[in-house]
Amino acid sequence: MRDLFDINRITGFIIGDAQAERAVPPTGFTARLTVFAAAVMAFLAVFALALSVSAGRLSERWANELAQSATVRISAPAGQMQAQTEAALAVLETTPGIASARVLSDGEQRKLLEPWFGPDMPLDALPIPQLIEIVEADVGLDAEALRLRLLGEVPGAVLDDHSRWRKPLAAAAGRLSFLGWFSIVLIFAVMGAMITLAANAALAANAKVITVMRLVGAKDSYIASAFVRRFTLRSLTGAAVGMVLGVIAVVLMPAGGGEAGFLSDLGFQGASWLWPLVIPLLAGGVAFGATQAAARRTLKELR
Amino acid sequence: MIELNDVAYSYGDGELLGDLTLSLPAGSFHFLTGPSGAGKTTLLKLCYGELLPTAGHLRLFDQDVRSLDRDGIAELRRHIGVVHQDCQFLDHLPIADNIALPLTVSGHSIASEQANLSELLSWVGLRDRASALPPELSGGERQRAALARAVIMSPDIILADEPTGNLDWEMSQRLLQLLVELNKMGKTVVIATHDMGLIRAAKTQVQARVLRIANRRVQLAGADL
Ligand SMILES: Nc1ncnc2c1ncn2[C@@H]1O[C@H](COP(=O)(O)OP(=O)(O)O)[C@@H](O)[C@H]1O
Ligand SMILES: [Mg+2]
Repeated sequence: MRDLFDINRITGFIIGDAQAERAVPPTGFTARLTVFAAAVMAFLAVFALALSVSAGRLSERWANELAQSATVRISAPAGQMQAQTEAALAVLETTPGIASARVLSDGEQRKLLEPWFGPDMPLDALPIPQLIEIVEADVGLDAEALRLRLLGEVPGAVLDDHSRWRKPLAAAAGRLSFLGWFSIVLIFAVMGAMITLAANAALAANAKVITVMRLVGAKDSYIASAFVRRFTLRSLTGAAVGMVLGVIAVVLMPAGGGEAGFLSDLGFQGASWLWPLVIPLLAGGVAFGATQAAARRTLKELR
Repeated sequence: MIELNDVAYSYGDGELLGDLTLSLPAGSFHFLTGPSGAGKTTLLKLCYGELLPTAGHLRLFDQDVRSLDRDGIAELRRHIGVVHQDCQFLDHLPIADNIALPLTVSGHSIASEQANLSELLSWVGLRDRASALPPELSGGERQRAALARAVIMSPDIILADEPTGNLDWEMSQRLLQLLVELNKMGKTVVIATHDMGLIRAAKTQVQARVLRIANRRVQLAGADL
């Protein structure tokens, strides 16, 4: 592990051995193919990443809201408030599918209203409905049945489960996020395949060079490194360019506002802006592995 | 230095060499002769690990070649200088870089070996041709360059495969002289050739043994030369 992060080795790898570089002549076609493929794949990866991150964020937020989605609101004259609240609680306690029901305190209610009325609102002076928060059990709540029971037994109670419609959406967002990650895996798999092709072409074009180097005492690692280094740096560069272009494209996405807009929400927020930086590193890693494997395979056929 | 014990080799269809038992001591000078297709090149390839014996044991520097891994073979080749029959240059590199290639691939810095390299270029008479590409050289120049590359690592063994193959008499004599010089410095020299004139000329300068490959066997050729 320490070896892997040895700064001398890393700078050595980047600068390279000028003599070794000259021994293996550059092949323009494979070089251009690698840079281009890495750039395109990185560009696509940025979008897949943006999709995953935003869909993940959305799905998480919606799921959180779902957990405390239902409330019972009781509007009654001040004198009856206490009695109706107790009656509603009694109904909720005997309703299947409810994990817990809790009467919100004045403090909590005040907090909920604060965004609209400011902190200094005289709550006692206003006829504010009492809220009961319901946490749904896993088995699910039959909202219609509950509504009918409340109608019969607590006239002032209204069941509010408006955010329930989001449940399938939250699931869809979760799936979308997964598909985004899966696409990233596919993108890197294709990148690996293309680099393997390009590396094989370069190795085949340099068969004579490899034979001669081997004959004069070059070790496999030395010969392989000339190829591995090139393909890694090309992929790193190509992917960096593609990544930057991709991020610019995401930044330039027209910003829409609001909760509901999913498309306008596509992008990175806060620390997730760092995610795209991983793409070139990953591309370099993929190129390193693919070229190393291709070189080993070629060299094994040679004594 | 080089020891063969019951070594056999076949490319797959029938045995090309069989029952080879010989010992080439350090500092010796050997010719390897025999008709074309007898297996001279094959025997030399066995001696630097490009081929592995299909039977028997071949020891180089007291190591069985079969026990060496790929890096071991690479290390071994740094101690054995080979003049290949077809020279084997990198055509896109100047001849000086080709000569220095064994140094490069074994991790030596060329800069620190510059004196060594230019001395070697003068020794083989290629000082003025240092920056020429291999295809621009004459046959004689290529052979001398191949010899220079073979000795740049100061190897203990020098194997030369038909080093005078397409050279005129005078040029052959010059190359032979270089090989004799190396032998006088203590190197073990093996030259594959079917040029009897070359062998006769050598015998006047150095104590050389002649090995002849015939009918899949190697015999010590005697006074008939
Ligand atoms: N790679 C190979 N595969 C199959 N046969 C080979 C190969 N190399 C050489 N031969 C055969 O082995 C025989 C000996 O070849 P070689 O050692 O080059 O002979 P020499 O150098 O004495 O002329 C020849 O008949 C040649 O055709
Ligand atoms: Mg031959």
